[in-house]
Amino acid sequence: MADVEEEGFKSAWQTVSQWGQMRMSPTDLADVRYDAFLMNGQTNQQNWTGLFKPGERVRLRFINASAMSMYDVRIPGLKMTVVQADGQYIEPVEIDEFRFAVAETYDVIVTPEADRAYTIAAESIDRSGFALGTLAPRQGMKGPAPEKRPRSLLTMADMGHDMDHDGEEMNHSEMKMDHSGHNMNHDDMDMDHSGHDMSDSDTAKMQSGWADAGTPKGHKALQYSDLRALKTQPDQRPPAREIDVVLGGNMERYIWTINGRKFSDPAFEPFQLHYGERVRLSFKNNTMMAHPMHLHGMFVQLENGQPTEKLPNKHTVLVPPGDSYSVLLTADEPGEWAFHCHLLYHMAAGMMSKVVVAEYADDLPDEDATTLDSEMGGHHDHH
Amino acid sequence: MTTIKINLFIVVFGLFITNAFAEDIHQDHGGATYHAFWLEAQHGGGSEGDKSHAEWDGWIGGDTHKLWLKGELEGHKGQLEESEVWALYSRNVADFWDLQLGLRHDSQPESTRYAVLGFNGLAPYLFETQAHLFVSDYGDVSARLKQKNHLLFTQRFGFEPYYELNFTAQNVARQSLGRGLSDGEIGVKVFYEITRKLVPYIDLKYERKFGRTASIARNAGEREEDWVASLGIKFLF
Repeated sequence: MADVEEEGFKSAWQTVSQWGQMRMSPTDLADVRYDAFLMNGQTNQQNWTGLFKPGERVRLRFINASAMSMYDVRIPGLKMTVVQADGQYIEPVEIDEFRFAVAETYDVIVTPEADRAYTIAAESIDRSGFALGTLAPRQGMKGPAPEKRPRSLLTMADMGHDMDHDGEEMNHSEMKMDHSGHNMNHDDMDMDHSGHDMSDSDTAKMQSGWADAGTPKGHKALQYSDLRALKTQPDQRPPAREIDVVLGGNMERYIWTINGRKFSDPAFEPFQLHYGERVRLSFKNNTMMAHPMHLHGMFVQLENGQPTEKLPNKHTVLVPPGDSYSVLLTADEPGEWAFHCHLLYHMAAGMMSKVVVAEYADDLPDEDATTLDSEMGGHHDHH
Repeated sequence: MTTIKINLFIVVFGLFITNAFAEDIHQDHGGATYHAFWLEAQHGGGSEGDKSHAEWDGWIGGDTHKLWLKGELEGHKGQLEESEVWALYSRNVADFWDLQLGLRHDSQPESTRYAVLGFNGLAPYLFETQAHLFVSDYGDVSARLKQKNHLLFTQRFGFEPYYELNFTAQNVARQSLGRGLSDGEIGVKVFYEITRKLVPYIDLKYERKFGRTASIARNAGEREEDWVASLGIKFLF
């Protein structure tokens, strides 16, 4: 009803119609609604407290250990200087808040000057609650809880749709996908996916509802494009191969897939990498959920628009709904490595895969369209 | 004969269990066996006196293959008037649709068995849809279409509009049915989810007979339509 007042009847009906046709909901930001969120295992009432002396520099290590919850994290009254992402040093960047995917970590430095309590607030992205803690000069203090921000609504842009295309249906199942058709021209691709001006809520609404964290005007929210490795990346070779990682699924049936397969499918195939080779993994999210894609054993370099030698290392890359991201990887750790969506119910439902790094005798099979881009198939680097 | 049947059942069930709990790490990521089973019971009244209704609907299985069990009991003034028990094999054939094949056994109003073929799934605009075709052991062909929608005011409080239509392909004098659309109902359940597993509700529905079936009922001095208000409770196991 509020939509009718805001948008007019026709536009409101279009919204209802588009989502109805897709059998989806624009409010579907989180799969699970929790009664409580915890900080260091404590409820908001228990109030986890970290002590500081006013003027002291304090380093906070944020670890999103949730099974299914992503947050927007802020400490009202304090600027945060991010110095590490996923345990890897980055050039310091000063921010007011950051979006925090499951399994990511961020180290931030804060300098609380005043003799008062500051509230550490991690608000779940579906706005169903907060994990709250306190930074205080003495035990027993508690700052004010921040205002709850409005829930954002997903838009057709998050569904990978152009806003002008009415009722075009989303591909719900990747079972029948033709992987050979993915020849992305990465030179022309705009790598700065996170460059939307978040503080301009009108623009953000027409673009991605998902990315709209409700950041107040003038406040800086950390973007992936801000991350620059502190040291120079040792391996700056261009990728020899490009590997598609298509994230698919069916919300209604709770089926989640990588390249159209569940881990349990008989036709499941791992990603095979030659020991030492440099590859590009191209994530394409065809679902309406964001997936924090997590690789064990090796860090990937997120292609976030920074120069090659400054690409940040990550072990978890959050791929927003309907969006694409690419990362570079040097396969320098032999073995079998888990590679999965870190939303644990997605992983349990099948969004799990395996990266196998080994010294293969021959070229990796060309016909394996899920791991080999046909265009790049002839340019293997052997080491 | 009975012993053989039971032994066969034990073998099949044993294989099913062995398979379901096979220690394969791949099965931990997408191959799990899940179940959902809803049981509803309601009691109320219309212009013809008190009415009780119970139904169950549930399944066990994986993403693709499911065993689907459902049934319905309807009582009027303490007498069991309708009783249906269904057992279906349900297979995911499209993003939102399962093809279902199985048997339905009615003990009331008369003992009849049916072969069942149909679809269960989610239609556009989030209508949960069941459409089934029946062939009775007398050779009669009939069909049923049910749709409902789950709408929320809050996370727990909401309403569920629904309708059901029954069709028959021929006159079935035995069951006082006339060819064509025979009967239907439309209603709404207003519910409060105390938990997902315990949901009390108020049900208001209008039911009526159509066409020849309605004429048959009129000639027999029965009502062809009724309003029924009920209190009910729904469990999820």
